[in-house]
Amino acid sequence: MILNVENINVHYGAIHALREVSFTLSKGEIVALIGANGAGKSTSLNTVSGLLHPTSGKVVYLGEDISNTSPQEIVRRGIVQVPEGRKIFAKMSVWENLEMGAYTVSDRKVVDERMESVFMRFPRLKERRNQPGGTLSGGEQQMLAIARGLMAGPKVLLLDEPSMGLAPILVEQIFDIIREINDSGTSILLVEQNALMALSIADRGYVLDTGRVVLQGIADDLLHNPFVINAYLGGETTE
Amino acid sequence: MNESVPLPIARKGSQLLKYLRPTFGVVVLLFILYRLYSVLVIRHEYGADTWTRLLITGLIIGGVYALIAIGYTLVYGILFMINFAHGEVMMLGAYAGFFVFEALKSIKVSSEPPLNFSNANPVISIIIAFAVGMTVSALSGFLLEKIAYRPLRKAPRLVPLISAIGASIFLQNAAQLLFSPQLRDVTNPEILRRGIGWKILINGSNVIIPYTGVFTFALSILLLIGLYIIVRKTKLGRAMRAVALDKKTAALMGIDVDKTISQTFLISGALAGAAGVMWGIHNGLVYYFVGFIPGIKAFTAAVLGGIGNLPGAMLGGLFLGLIESMGPAALGINFQLKDVLAFAILILVLTFRPSGLLGEVLSEEKV
Repeated sequence: MILNVENINVHYGAIHALREVSFTLSKGEIVALIGANGAGKSTSLNTVSGLLHPTSGKVVYLGEDISNTSPQEIVRRGIVQVPEGRKIFAKMSVWENLEMGAYTVSDRKVVDERMESVFMRFPRLKERRNQPGGTLSGGEQQMLAIARGLMAGPKVLLLDEPSMGLAPILVEQIFDIIREINDSGTSILLVEQNALMALSIADRGYVLDTGRVVLQGIADDLLHNPFVINAYLGGETTE
Repeated sequence: MNESVPLPIARKGSQLLKYLRPTFGVVVLLFILYRLYSVLVIRHEYGADTWTRLLITGLIIGGVYALIAIGYTLVYGILFMINFAHGEVMMLGAYAGFFVFEALKSIKVSSEPPLNFSNANPVISIIIAFAVGMTVSALSGFLLEKIAYRPLRKAPRLVPLISAIGASIFLQNAAQLLFSPQLRDVTNPEILRRGIGWKILINGSNVIIPYTGVFTFALSILLLIGLYIIVRKTKLGRAMRAVALDKKTAALMGIDVDKTISQTFLISGALAGAAGVMWGIHNGLVYYFVGFIPGIKAFTAAVLGGIGNLPGAMLGGLFLGLIESMGPAALGINFQLKDVLAFAILILVLTFRPSGLLGEVLSEEKV
């Protein structure tokens, strides 16, 4: 088990955002957290990233409790989040954005190697390396956001709504990339509203509703679960 | 993407304002043109020698303003607040410089001929003065943020602003109590004695380019270049820019946001400290209120250049220095009105171009 979230409760002031949420991520897995708006998906990711700290419960990463570790230390240890809405630095060039992603890496050689491999994976970004990030299209910005995440050399990649606001063809492309990244050994925790896409590439899934895990299981089983079909897949079977 | 739609601001009398503003602008412009014409073309009040003197004064004071203005702009860029205690940070640097020179002056190197450390090793003395001044100011900026601003990080934006004004008043009064309200005369090493300098002959009269002025200006430019390199080329600079753009995402990149904010205050404090020591060396007088006017002037310079914009603060500082020294002459008004002129500029910029000369349009997200 690379990541083990045990019964965490998270509060925003008086608002109880997560109630006794538990989930696990094994090495090499893709795990999807699905659910509607406000179900607590992003809150879960932000708690793993250390932006929020649980009021009770534990986040255990590689056997160590990281519930109260700072976000920068968590990045250093290998959990990297690609935030919702991409959040690239619009005024910085593509190249500078990637450099920012490698902020925790002090070895210049490693940074250059990763830059090289990221440009291999995303040739589009190489073409536009000197362009300000804000001038890229939505799909390219998502690629940049993922590429920037990879620059830190993550063991666990947290992806928050990577398909948000993208045309279906781009969504396919992004999910292919996610699968490739996973094939090369990175464990992935994926938060998605697009439950169909998420479950189709995930090994396992968790369904969140108003801050609770209401359902969990093998992704394929969830895809055929009548509750999931009704609530998140538009009530149609997907076969 | 969270596309936030700006709400239309319904303002009473906005119709009137619409005509009032351009009318006001045209009147001001016509007045300035009329004065310029009458002073420069009809009356020929000042010769080239006077203009050169004013130009030199303007550049020197402008360099100091630019150094202080950088502090306003850096802090604004990162926390979106005006650090109104920044002038007091400069004042502490000026005092530090004064005390260093006093201490070095009291060390006797030889008695026959009488020679003190400050004159025996002027270069080292000046370096020590700047090192101490910059350190003192950097630390006070650092503590200021820790004590007066950090606990208010999540408060509404007006709250740290009020805290800043409080800190400013506190520091002025603390300095008055600690160092007494008397005006202190800074004793420079002989090589930087005030009032002497290179003489050039213009229009048959001597124009002095003071050594202290040349030194002050050169050092300001060096520090500005150094700062620009730090912000543009180093990892620290990149972290500062990322934190300024988006704190949450910066944290997700592994940047320690709190540390970066502290470092920003250290850097802007150090620059203000250097400005303070320069002020002491060039103008000679240090007292508890010495940071107030330069502080507000530098704030004006930062607004003039576009607050949050680094090259803007540098140019705004130099520009304000020049306007202040040459403006009264060009408009044919009393030289004591230079402060009025500087603050009139603040009002004009805020009225007509709130984003400043080089200003960027602030995104909704930032505000």
